[in-house]
Formats: sequence, structure tokens, C-alpha cells
Amino acid sequence: MTTDYRTIAREGLWSNNGVLSMMLGLCPAMAMTNSATNGLGMGLATAFVMTSSSVIASLFRNSFSQEVRIPVFVLIMGTMVTVVDMCMNAWLHELYKVLGLFIPLIVVNCLPFARIEMVASKNPVLPSLADGFFMGVGFTFALTLIGAVREISGSGTLFSDASLLLGSTFKFMEMRILPEDSGILMMILPPGAFLATGLLLVAKRMIDERSAKAAQASAAPSVA
Amino acid sequence: MSSQRTLIHGLILGAFCLGFGMLLVMTNAFTVDDIAQRALEDRQNSLKQVIPDSIHDNNLATDTLTLKSDQGNEVVAYVATREGKVTGVAFETSSPGYSGAIKVMLGVDPEGKILGARVLSHKETPGLGDKIEVKKGDWILRFTGLSIGNPPLDKWKVKKDGGQFDQFAGATITPRAVVKAIREGLQFFDANKARMMEFKSSNTAVSGAGKAAATGETK
Repeated sequence: MTTDYRTIAREGLWSNNGVLSMMLGLCPAMAMTNSATNGLGMGLATAFVMTSSSVIASLFRNSFSQEVRIPVFVLIMGTMVTVVDMCMNAWLHELYKVLGLFIPLIVVNCLPFARIEMVASKNPVLPSLADGFFMGVGFTFALTLIGAVREISGSGTLFSDASLLLGSTFKFMEMRILPEDSGILMMILPPGAFLATGLLLVAKRMIDERSAKAAQASAAPSVA
Repeated sequence: MSSQRTLIHGLILGAFCLGFGMLLVMTNAFTVDDIAQRALEDRQNSLKQVIPDSIHDNNLATDTLTLKSDQGNEVVAYVATREGKVTGVAFETSSPGYSGAIKVMLGVDPEGKILGARVLSHKETPGLGDKIEVKKGDWILRFTGLSIGNPPLDKWKVKKDGGQFDQFAGATITPRAVVKAIREGLQFFDANKARMMEFKSSNTAVSGAGKAAATGETK
């Protein structure tokens, strides 16, 4: 396992992105993305849980035995999720009213679990922190992207109610892209989640393929 | 040997449970007051929209009366008093909409006129049924000032059913449910009016101060 932070960052953000490549955590990725703001909020909460539980799992990686590691991972994540749940209810209440129902679901999101099992339980604290953080940011990026696609096509706005999440200084983010009542309603309903996620997966594959071809083309002359 | 190993695993797991349990206890202790405060604020905010501040001098969120509805459910009524006299009542009423119950907070004055109505929660189709929210349209505001008798009871329906309330394009079930919730709320008020009107505010200090100020003015 390398401790090359650039590789960790690139994997988390793009090449091994939780949603767009590994296709883990699709439940919150589809259920909570009827607007870009909701996607961003859900992503940030998940990123926080992933980073903190990766650090804790890595700190204790030598103290739990192989046999009880799964219950311990569940315990760590359950605790962090509950902490986030209570803190959001107390201090980010407006957002909590939107996301509250889904915060407890982070505990059954496979993505943090997979990263703890694969990375944090076998690596020192700093690489684990970096992995949890970048995987979390990549997850946030994917959710915000799905949310933005659905919100623009469904209700014609982008980042509506962002000031509830980030404070009134972020009011400028709230945009209207299309005129009122011109959106395709279906996109903010559940079927839209499948459509948007599917189209984004296709887009990512196409970009990857193109860059792979470009890399091949630039490598080819030297081979020849 | 193997039972000893099992014991060790158990102890490790137990130690982790204890540690993380402590962490949760601490977080709870830090947030419990703020969470209670937010819940109270939520309730006060929804009450404020249906009972104007100017007609009461008590704390609406704590002056409550628990009543029984026709269906046998408990309904909590928030009573507004001014100088000890009841000036309005707010309570929740609901009716099944297109998907799930639509909850409406209804404020009524002692004559049975609506002071205000607001949808608290619903799961209606976004873009069609959600115009009942005050954020998305002024439809719900038209109920203010109405009562049973104005319009008459048989006109408390959407236009499609021969009543006097507009439905909106593409959505009839949602407005029909809201009209029904409000109509039933008013009937509930009529049935329980006597008990609501004899309510005495428990915040005697506040209402006493209000009285003192009033008598001070007359001198």
C-alpha cells in the first residue's frame, strides 16, 4: 500500500470514485439528490463520518482482533453517525429538517465501511485520514453533481436554499437557470435519480475512455 | 484455550462499546439543551404563522390543552390568551392527500373565524400539489377570515365538487384534502369550543403583569 497522497486524492476524487466508479452508497446518492444543495449536505455529512471513522479505526487498528473487527467497525461508524445526527439537530437545524431522516442511513452506506475494511484498518493514521477525506469529498462531488443535473432539468434552479446549508453569505449561489415551471418534473422524482445517475456513469466512462486513448496515442510513437 | 480466546474477544468488544458509549453520552450532554430549544422554536414558528402576536400575551407553546377528536385521537390545542381572556386557539388538523397525510396548523378566533392556516408537512407531488405551501403560492392564505357559515357548510369544497374553493391545474386531490382538513378542524373547534374558552393561562406571572400594565394605563 502506497502512502502517495496524490494517488489517494486522485483515486478518491475521480479514478476510484465511490459512486461513479465503485458504485457504492447508491441509496443516499439517489434518494437525497433532488437538489444540488441536498446532495452537497448529504455528501458533507458522509465525508465527515468517513474521515472521522477512518481515523478512529486506524488509531485502534492494533487493539482489536481480526474476529471482532466487523462489530467494532459498525460500532465506530454508528457512534460517529449518531454524533453527527445530534450535532446537526442542535446547530444546523434547518438542514437537519431536510436531511434528518437520511443521516442515520449513513451507517448502512457501504462506502465508509469498505474504506475502513480496505484501508483504515491496515494503514497508519495519516494515510487513512487522507483516504477517508478524499473518498468523502469524491462522494460529495458525485452527489452534488447528480443533484445539480436533476435540479437544473427538474426545477430549473441550481443550489436553491443553499443559504440554509452554508449561511446567508452563500445566497449568491442560488441561481435560476431555466424559467419557472419549465423543468421536467420527473427528474426530481425518484425515476430522475436513476436517469441522472446512469447518464453520469456513461459520461464518466466516456471521459475515461477518451483519456485512455489519448494516453495510448501519446505512448504509441515511443513504442514504434 | 479457545474459550479463553472467546473471552478476550468479548472483552475487547465490551471495551469498545464502553468507550464509544461514553462518547455518545458526552455528545448528548452537549447538545440536549440546544435540541430542545430548536424543537420549541419550531413549534413557536408554526404557531406564530396562524396566531398573530398582537392578540396574545402568553406563551403559546406552553399553554396547551389536550382534547379528544371525533376519531378518538388526541389533539393538542395551543391557547392564546390576552389579559386572561381567550383570544384564539391553534391546533393541528390533517386529512389524507395524494400521498400520505397533509398536516395543517389552524388558528381560530373565539367566534370561529380562521386567523390563519398553514400546511405543516405533506408528501404531495413537487411542482403540482406543493402549491399549498405558503412558500410556493398564496392559495392557503384565502382561508383567513372564513368560518363555517361563511361560506355555508355545503360550499366548503373545491369547485369541482360544487364548492367555492379553487383547485389548481393538474391537482384536485391535494386542495380537496386541505379544504377537508380545514373544514373538519372548524367543526372540531365548534364541538370543543366550551372547553377551549374556559381555559386559564398557566403563565400567571405574564398575564398578571399584563393586567397590572392595563390598570396602570387607566389611572
